[in-house]
Amino acid sequence: MATTSAEPIVIQLRDIYRTYIMGDQVLNALDGVSLDIKQNEYVAVVGSSGSGKSTLMNIFGCLDRASKGSYILNGTDVGDMSENELAKVRNRQIGFVFQSFNLLSRATALKNVMQPLVYRGIPLAERKEIASQALEKVGLGDRMGHLPNELSGGQRQRVAISRALVGNPDILLADEPTGNLDSKTSREIMRLIDELHDQGQTIIMVTHEADIAKHCNRVISLEDGKVSSDTKQVKSR
Amino acid sequence: MNTFLESLRSALESIRAHGFRSLLTSLGIIIGVTSVIAVVSIVQGMSESINAQFAGLGSNSLTVRSHTPFKQAMQGKYSKLQDSDMRAIVRQVDGISHVTPVLYANTGSRGGISYRAQSATSNIMGIGPSYLKVNGIYPQSGRFFTRDDENRRRLVCAIGVDIIENLELPKDPIGEFFLIGNNWCKIIGVIEKRGEILGFSQDNYVLLPYATARRIIGNTRRDLDIQVQLLVEDMNRMEEVKSRIRRVLRIQHKLKAGQPDDFKVQTAEQLTESFNAVINTVTAVSAGIVGISLLVGGIGIMNIMLVSVTERTREIGILKALGATRNNILLQFLIEALLLSLIGGLVGVALGYGAGALVAAMLPGFPPAFVPLWAVLLSFGFCAAVGVIFGIIPAAKASQLDPIDALRYE
Repeated sequence: MATTSAEPIVIQLRDIYRTYIMGDQVLNALDGVSLDIKQNEYVAVVGSSGSGKSTLMNIFGCLDRASKGSYILNGTDVGDMSENELAKVRNRQIGFVFQSFNLLSRATALKNVMQPLVYRGIPLAERKEIASQALEKVGLGDRMGHLPNELSGGQRQRVAISRALVGNPDILLADEPTGNLDSKTSREIMRLIDELHDQGQTIIMVTHEADIAKHCNRVISLEDGKVSSDTKQVKSR
Repeated sequence: MNTFLESLRSALESIRAHGFRSLLTSLGIIIGVTSVIAVVSIVQGMSESINAQFAGLGSNSLTVRSHTPFKQAMQGKYSKLQDSDMRAIVRQVDGISHVTPVLYANTGSRGGISYRAQSATSNIMGIGPSYLKVNGIYPQSGRFFTRDDENRRRLVCAIGVDIIENLELPKDPIGEFFLIGNNWCKIIGVIEKRGEILGFSQDNYVLLPYATARRIIGNTRRDLDIQVQLLVEDMNRMEEVKSRIRRVLRIQHKLKAGQPDDFKVQTAEQLTESFNAVINTVTAVSAGIVGISLLVGGIGIMNIMLVSVTERTREIGILKALGATRNNILLQFLIEALLLSLIGGLVGVALGYGAGALVAAMLPGFPPAFVPLWAVLLSFGFCAAVGVIFGIIPAAKASQLDPIDALRYE
């Protein structure tokens, strides 16, 4: 196991609720979730559709706020943060990888990767430098000037991963990263994510595929907004 | 500043990416600015040429004319300026030189002139010898009146160059006779061409010796209304001379204290000013009308920006996930609207100047178009305001989007 109890805690959730009110119905998408995630953990969040795993990801990623409970990220309570501070957290501490890639369709691969650095106020020349290095790392050094629709699915997801990592985030959040890819490309992408974990990256991944969850060293199952099981495992590749 | 630059950069990219749509979006602004600049360039071109022509009138000249106050006009009593008034001015006012009466004799049928089978109408003026000096005009051929002509009330005249054409006179008309009303009149001089103001020729006139004009109009009539033109010797004493003339004429007309003047003393500058007042009114009215079209253009921009925000909802979601703050998004969309508007303004200024120059060039006798800097700056200012005002709602809408909803948007 890569993690030991000595590793610092990155994410600490305490009794998190996320409540939606639909008409006169009250729906708890998250119903009292408490979790600790340590540095360099490789977590799979699994569960059936509607179990609350997307909501949990949104909370992790500071795209959404909990209705109740506390979320401490790197020792700071995210619940008290303003909209702008949350944007800053998303920019510096979190990298997102989505199932549908979510690349900026009118921007080249290089510009996509450069985009997070814009919000850090890094000058253009330096941004280019950093972004092209990040793209080279995922093996797309020769595709920098291509638009997303000129790239294959696997290449697009590589661009997305490189964009998520370009700012050295504390956590990589991946929402079904292989959901739109064929099995061969899926394996390539998973190999890339495994490597990132080996290099020390903390990764949280939502998936419903058992094969993919096997890569992780901790599997959290959600059911009706509650944690139904939380098991550590030896990752298999 | 950095954020601003980044927003500018992405706004430019977005405008370029939707080139044709951006053009259509700016079209309202383009049309608005084009029309304002076209109108202003033509009107200001006129104004420039008028000012230049009035400058030739001599800034130290004064014109005294009768002026009927409104109350009197209602009673049907019209003010007059008479020979006796002019004599009083000459006698009692210091610091003036070159005084001339101007008697307009072209009222009613008296403006008619004819030569052989040709007839025309013209400005017929009876003037003193100082008229040339006061108005800065010169005979180009022949001679001007002498005191003898005046004393003997000879039927001699000097004509503006247009008369030659209008009456189909010979190339050198000196010595020819033509009819003014029922009187044969000999041409002794032709005055230099003065050109046109607002496309109206300034050379269609017949100058007669003052006494001759009185004779033609009717020597017995005592109710003739004349103007008096004069030069002030020292520019610095202009105001002093004006008030002195006023005092003399008030006594002459037996006006009581509290009664309004029944005459006006105007400088060439004041003439220019009253012309400019007309020009400025035309400019303001056209600017107002065009303002409405800019407003419509602004609404067009807002409409497209709102569509664009909806269309780019997912993109906005991605940017927010990557760390864009509300202000980042707001600024980006606001600058995009601003740029669309300013680009429209830029194209409009260019097209408007082109249109103005074209119109001015195509209409004969029209002064060249002239776009003053203030019109350009005002147009850009207005465009910027339109861009910001109509851009703020779509930009605010974009910045307020919830990132999760935006990311889920198909």
